[in-house]
Formats: sequence, C-alpha cells, structure tokens
Amino acid sequence: MKKYLPLIILAILSVLPLIGLSSYMMHILILVIMWSAIGMAWNLLGGYCGQVSFGHAAYFGVGAYTSGILYYKLGISPWWGMPLSVVVVTLFSLLLGYIVLRLRGPFFALATLAMGEVMRVTFENVGGLTGGTLGILIQKRTWVSKFGYYYIILFVAAGTFFLIKKLIESKLGYYFVAIREDQDAAESLGINTTLYKTIALCLSGALTGIAGAFYTNYMGYIDPHVVFALHDISIVTIMIVMVGGVATYWGPLVGAIIMVFLAELIRSIPGLGAAHQTLFGILLIVIIIFLPNGIVGDFNKIKRVFKRETPRNELN
Amino acid sequence: MSLIEVINVSKHFGGLAAIRDVSFEIKTGEILGLIGPNGAGKTTLFNVVNGFYSPTKGEVSFKGKRISNLQPHEICKLGIARTFQVVKPLQRMSVLDNVVASAFLRAKNKSDAVQIASETLNFTGLYDDKNVISKGLPLGKRKKLEIARALATKPEVLLLDESFAGLNHSELNDSIEIIKKIKERGITIMIIEHHMKVIMAISDRIVVINYGEKIAEGTSQEIRNNPLVIEAYLGETKSA
Repeated sequence: MKKYLPLIILAILSVLPLIGLSSYMMHILILVIMWSAIGMAWNLLGGYCGQVSFGHAAYFGVGAYTSGILYYKLGISPWWGMPLSVVVVTLFSLLLGYIVLRLRGPFFALATLAMGEVMRVTFENVGGLTGGTLGILIQKRTWVSKFGYYYIILFVAAGTFFLIKKLIESKLGYYFVAIREDQDAAESLGINTTLYKTIALCLSGALTGIAGAFYTNYMGYIDPHVVFALHDISIVTIMIVMVGGVATYWGPLVGAIIMVFLAELIRSIPGLGAAHQTLFGILLIVIIIFLPNGIVGDFNKIKRVFKRETPRNELN
Repeated sequence: MSLIEVINVSKHFGGLAAIRDVSFEIKTGEILGLIGPNGAGKTTLFNVVNGFYSPTKGEVSFKGKRISNLQPHEICKLGIARTFQVVKPLQRMSVLDNVVASAFLRAKNKSDAVQIASETLNFTGLYDDKNVISKGLPLGKRKKLEIARALATKPEVLLLDESFAGLNHSELNDSIEIIKKIKERGITIMIIEHHMKVIMAISDRIVVINYGEKIAEGTSQEIRNNPLVIEAYLGETKSA
C-alpha cells in the first residue's frame, strides 16, 4: 500500500478536475500543487542536504523572468521558458553557489537571504531588460480555462516528486544527508562536500525555476516585487516545508495544502485579511514548539494525541 | 617500506606553533603509536596528515606522492581514512546508513554499498545495532561506529584518534581485538592513544611528541626507557 501511495495520490489528483470544480477551486488547487513543487525543491537543499536557504525567491524569480524576458524581448512563447529556465537557473545557481556555499549554517542562510534581495533590486533597476517595476504582462493567455495549467503543473510536481525520491534513495541522497549531519565527518569519508552541495543547490534551484516559469505563464503578469518577494516566496517556501515536515517526501504537499487553504481562508475574513502573515508567524511558532518535525515528520505523535494514549517516553 | 612520510612539518595557528619541524614515517603494515602529554599537538598532526589542516611548513607524502595540498576527501579516496577523537556520528541516520554512506566511496551501486557496510558492521561487532539511530548509541559503540565507517572506505591506512578513550574494560579488550584484526587484513594503522598499556601492547613503533616537537621514536621498550619521555610524562603518570 505504502509503495503505491504516490501513484494513488497522483491518480486522485489527475481525476480531481473532472468532477467539475469551480474556476476558483481550480485556481487554489493549481497554487497548492505549484507550492508543493517549490517546497519539494527547497526540501532537497534545506531538508536533506541541510543547507537552509532563505532566498529561494531568487531561483523562482529568475525562472519566472526567463519566461517573461523570452516573451517581452524576443516575442517567443513564454512556455519555452519552462525548459529554458532549467538551463538559466542552473547556471545562475552555479554562480550563486560559488559565493554562498563557502559559508556554513546561519551564515549560509543570511547570504541566501541577501541574494534574494539583491536579485529583486537588480531586476527592478535593469528596466530595459525586465520592464523594471512595471513588470511584464503576457498579453494573450494560452487558455481561458484552468485545465491545461492544472495538468502542466501536476506533471511538473509529480516529476519533481519522483526525481527527488529516486535521488534520495541513491548515493546522492546518502551524501546529502551525511553533509547535513556533519560536514567534517562527510569530508573525512571521501565525500567532496563542495561538489555535492553544489549539485543539491543546482537541482533545487532548477526545480524551483521551472515552477517560476510556470507562474509567469499561469498568472500572465510578473514584477520583481512579486516573484522575488522575501516574505511571499522565500519565507512561505520555508513555512510550507516546516509545517509539512522537513526531509520527508510528503511534507511539502501537506504543508502546501495547509498554507494555501489557510491563506485563502484568513484573507476572506473581513478585517483580518491583512493580518494573515501575523497568523502564519503564530502557526510557525506553534509548529516548532509542538511538532518540530512537521505534520508528516511527527505524524505518530499526532496519532497518539487523537488516540488519547499517554505518550511513551521518547527514545531520542 | 614507508607508506606515509611526514617531512619537517610545522603548523602555526597565528603566533602559536602547534607542531614544530616534525618528521617521521609510517611503514607498510605496521601499527604506529603517537603519544604525548595533553596539548602536545597529536590531533593537530593527525589533521595535517589527513588534510584537514595544511602544514605551514614541510610536507606529507603518501606512496611518494605529495598529499599535503589535497582536500580531506581526496586523501580519503587515495586510501587514508580517519576517526575523530570527538566522535562525529551522522546522528539522525541509522548505524547501517552511516556505514553505507561511507561505503559508497568504493561501491559500484547501492546493493554493493549495503553489502560492504554489512560486512564491516559484522567485522566490528555492530551488526545487531544496525537499525539503531546513531544518536542513541552509547559511547563505546559510537567509537566502534567511527572505526566501521572509516573501514568501509577500504583504506590502506587507518588513522585512529583516541578510539579507546572513555571505554570500559571489556569494551577496551574488544577494541584491541578489532585493531589486531584490522592489522591482519594488511591495513597500516597510526593511532593516538592516552592509554599507555594499550599503546605499548599493540604498537610496533611509537613516536612521542611534546610541545609540538618529536622527542623520541622507537619500539615500546625503547620508549619506556627513554629519559626524555619519562621527563615529559613525569607527574602525569603519578597523578593518573
């Protein structure tokens, strides 16, 4: 059963639009799937390899602008941005990694945070290429209905899921986790930590970039404030993985479902809508205190609470 | 034949000379003990051989090739593995996964890596604990895990940094047996140890350093009777 769980969930998600959901509901589902793909990408670097990035908006934004600039400058369909963003964001990640991967722990986190902001300011100011703060508007959307977009992002997210699962169960996965647990020990075991951290960063960046390119196509409008946003992209990505479960296969999906629905719910409450980020902050604190491994990571703990069992002494 | 040569190595940390002009060699197939009072620079020397530090002066060569400019992972790949004095288990991984991660260095694929890891765990007597998350292991087994992990990289030389410290009597005998078995496999060993009885018993040769300088080298009998060594340890032996 557990072995087939990914296929079962994929099958359910594939038939979900066929039951006739409203356009609004489809929009929410597309966002959930897009965010879970970004969460999975972040999880590869932050969860498994232990390099906590506060700047994933940089990859998302560069991916989004790959699509946007193709259209804005060259008049090519922004859909080409999805495959092209893999190349662009990988090169960008190599450059970025060369700088930030020398740093460890909190210094790495701060450097990535700065990088995200640097990218935002840069894209605002090279108006000739990016349209500056006016952003880029895709004049003609490919489809009016959401079906096409839904299946494209589902395909991307499923591909991301299976790719990461395959990687984590291979040598690469063992090396990533070894680096997370102790970089010096990993190095002494013959693991080229610089190389494997770079691989993790490039993979994570490229997968995030694809989602960014999709975002341009789907939303039809991007500007630096939206796609390089620290709070709306970088921080939300981390929250999704933290809430769902760091270094778990299903954490990002669970986290994305909760975060997207919660955001919509709170925004719809009159007078409280603007405070949704405050509530996110509170939620994060609660999660860190009570479920430090996230909902998926601490699932057994949650089950025990509902069964009203007295928790046994934790072994570790 | 000398496998590793340490030639006139010095290591400075700012104005402090942790090691001064130390030279010695490790011969193929032997167990070389490295002893010295606390703070003598044993671990620093280890870190230089292993590539964690690059020497300020001098060089280290392995099979005639200079290695003191290489990264630790490159040195490991050449066939020199180490353990850490302060054990560094990959905490949230099981014992088996710890060793699998290091076995990948020489393994062709995952099943090969698991195979190598299982053999190594059998060899070091940790097989029954293979599914334990290594965070929960007692110190004695963590020290063994360090050795198992180093062995899984199939080294020619094994550098052991105080693998016996803090062990109880039966664990100690256990570990000595393991070291002897490793030697029988043809692996050369360099070992730092405070436990004099152990080091005298298992070492073929001993190098003594004090205040960063080599003060003696020879068989355990020669070391025992060396007045410089007795002087360096005097007081320490009394209090111990």
